[in-house]
Amino acid sequence: MLNQSNLMYRYDGSFDGLLCCVFESYDKKELPLDIILPDTLQTTLFPAKEIRTDSQKANRVLTSIPTKLGPQALDLVRHAFLTCCTQKELYILLFLRLGYRHGPSVMNMLTNDVVNTLVKAVKHLSNESHLLKGFVRFSIVNKALVAEIAPKNFVLPLLTQHFCERYPEERFLIYDKTHSMALVYQPYQSTIVPIDALEIPEPDAEEESFRKLWQLFYDTIEVEGRHNPQCRMSHMPKRYWKYMTEFGPSPKKSLPRLESSITTIIHKAISPPSIN
Amino acid sequence: MDVFDKLKILTDAAKYDVACTSSGVDKKAVVGGIGSAAASGICHSFAGDGRCISLLKVLMTNVCAYDCQYCVNRKSNDTPRASFTPRELADLTINFYRRNYIEGLFLSSGVLKNPDYTSEQMIEVLHILRKEYGFSGYIHAKAIPGTDSALIAQLGLLADRMSVNIELPSQSSLQLLAPDKSKHSILAPMGYIKNRIQENSTDMIKYRHAPKFVPAGQSTQMIIGATPDTDFQILNLTEGLYRKYKLKRVFFSAYMPVAENTLLPMTDTKPPLWREHRLYQADWLLRFYGFSANELLDQEHQSFNPYVDPKGNWALNHMEFFPMNINRAPYSDLLRVPGIGINSAKRIITARRTTTLNFDGLKKLGVVLKRAQFFITCGGKVPNGLKITQDAMMRALLSEKSLGIYHQHFPHQQESEQLSLFQSPSIIPAKLALEDMQKCLTSPI
Repeated sequence: MLNQSNLMYRYDGSFDGLLCCVFESYDKKELPLDIILPDTLQTTLFPAKEIRTDSQKANRVLTSIPTKLGPQALDLVRHAFLTCCTQKELYILLFLRLGYRHGPSVMNMLTNDVVNTLVKAVKHLSNESHLLKGFVRFSIVNKALVAEIAPKNFVLPLLTQHFCERYPEERFLIYDKTHSMALVYQPYQSTIVPIDALEIPEPDAEEESFRKLWQLFYDTIEVEGRHNPQCRMSHMPKRYWKYMTEFGPSPKKSLPRLESSITTIIHKAISPPSIN
Repeated sequence: MDVFDKLKILTDAAKYDVACTSSGVDKKAVVGGIGSAAASGICHSFAGDGRCISLLKVLMTNVCAYDCQYCVNRKSNDTPRASFTPRELADLTINFYRRNYIEGLFLSSGVLKNPDYTSEQMIEVLHILRKEYGFSGYIHAKAIPGTDSALIAQLGLLADRMSVNIELPSQSSLQLLAPDKSKHSILAPMGYIKNRIQENSTDMIKYRHAPKFVPAGQSTQMIIGATPDTDFQILNLTEGLYRKYKLKRVFFSAYMPVAENTLLPMTDTKPPLWREHRLYQADWLLRFYGFSANELLDQEHQSFNPYVDPKGNWALNHMEFFPMNINRAPYSDLLRVPGIGINSAKRIITARRTTTLNFDGLKKLGVVLKRAQFFITCGGKVPNGLKITQDAMMRALLSEKSLGIYHQHFPHQQESEQLSLFQSPSIIPAKLALEDMQKCLTSPI
């Protein structure tokens, strides 16, 4: 019998940590009301149980997913963990519980509320990452490419392969403002590192001239007789515009930081032997 | 003249070309090079008119030896002229590409001196990009009608997609408006490219490293509303092009009046955007939904219904096909229901493996029940409280805007007359369609 306890789990925010919550839920035969992050303010009076991350337990859960639910289910769970879906942790737990009961056919249960929620959240994630493959705008600073984005979901892991295959000989950095993380690449290795803040310095003359050329192209390519701002907005929501070169010069305040700082960030992030 | 002026003039001259897709080929950068392509295509921005910007779409030159009446770049038009040098254009492309502004290059051109000379200039640009910069990004090149096939072959080995624009959907229209082009000069390069792609696919089986010829296939475009060709003719031509020439896409472009000419619509004519929209809807039905052209239109009904989309129109005329049991119908039948698209049909197939679907479930799968409810049953049941009445179906199948226009045009219809929508829906629109045709067409040619 499943113990419907008035209990919440508190985990460390890592994927392994979440898998340990799954382990705990089976071990103690209980279903938490929610799974929360360490810095979440507690808004209810229910007690929160601290779940310690134990890589052995996490591994046991991790290996069981592809064998019991199939590799696609693992992909879904991994991607769901990157989404901005509220209570994603709880939904992942419920999904896995459902999956251990039904096996691989859980992936077909699209009308189930839990599965439906996760599938929609993952769709939101992959849509956003697809859009950003196009909407990311690099500035060239000290021969390195630098871009800033503010996505809702944590898309950097999904952008890594695309941009590494596209610019294998360049050094680049994509800064995710929402999650304070950055994708950093130099030939031929990439990594995702936490970054607190990043100011892109004033463009030099060459950079400025290419921005102007792009803006000119953007304004000219429109057929005025077919002006349709609604259509544009539905394809390219306004929240992306802020970081796109074509929408005018966004006068960036030059901070006392040195221009070379971006190069240093790339170097620091990459220099210790890192995961690719 | 600096690069800014050239870019402005040559973008302005290229913008009436519709195709801006970067789809159909998957590849990544070669060692030491730059650039990749994704089969799904990637839009990098959207212009103020809502069209996707994926490629740097410019002309090599807008100097042109031809005098096509519908074209802004025609010889007799008084417009500033400019030309890129191959080096300039290649450098601009790479610099835009590095900053992730674009997915690649769309290169077209006016006819400078003669078609062969123009093509040589275009080959030069592509050569610099591919060989010097090691550029693997997307390149769409235009085949200029009348070019020597040896040059087209060279172009095809460098580009990912090629296109020859048909522009006008019939030989008589061509003769009238584009006296320098003929049906033959357009179809010859198209046929040549098709054959080379076919040869290439057999070569690829024999030799693993056979150079790829136009790997993303070829496309074309037609101008809608500059000539009196009907939707039926255009759609049949489109179907023929997909079948015979194995085209990847046929694009339609509503005619924007750019010239004062007695042969063309008046310059204050609005582009027939709704017609273009209906043609694209029908084009999708041909390519993905298993419809054929003569199911959608026929000799008696040569124009699309302005109020109802082609799929809805087909369904209303084939009520014997419905209602359909959603839990049993095969995929190809599901696609025929208004309100069910490719994605939701696939989801239905997946979801009904583990459960019996009901209306609540269908909603979760993304089916537009507002439209679909009249045509489906879930295990023999219809939705609670559904009344299949004329008015309800109209509200469901017509957008709010077209419903408004419909009521404007037919305010005091008798109930019995309104029911005629079911028997022959195109009777009603015929009146309006005629008006629209007259608006967008000229005096008889």
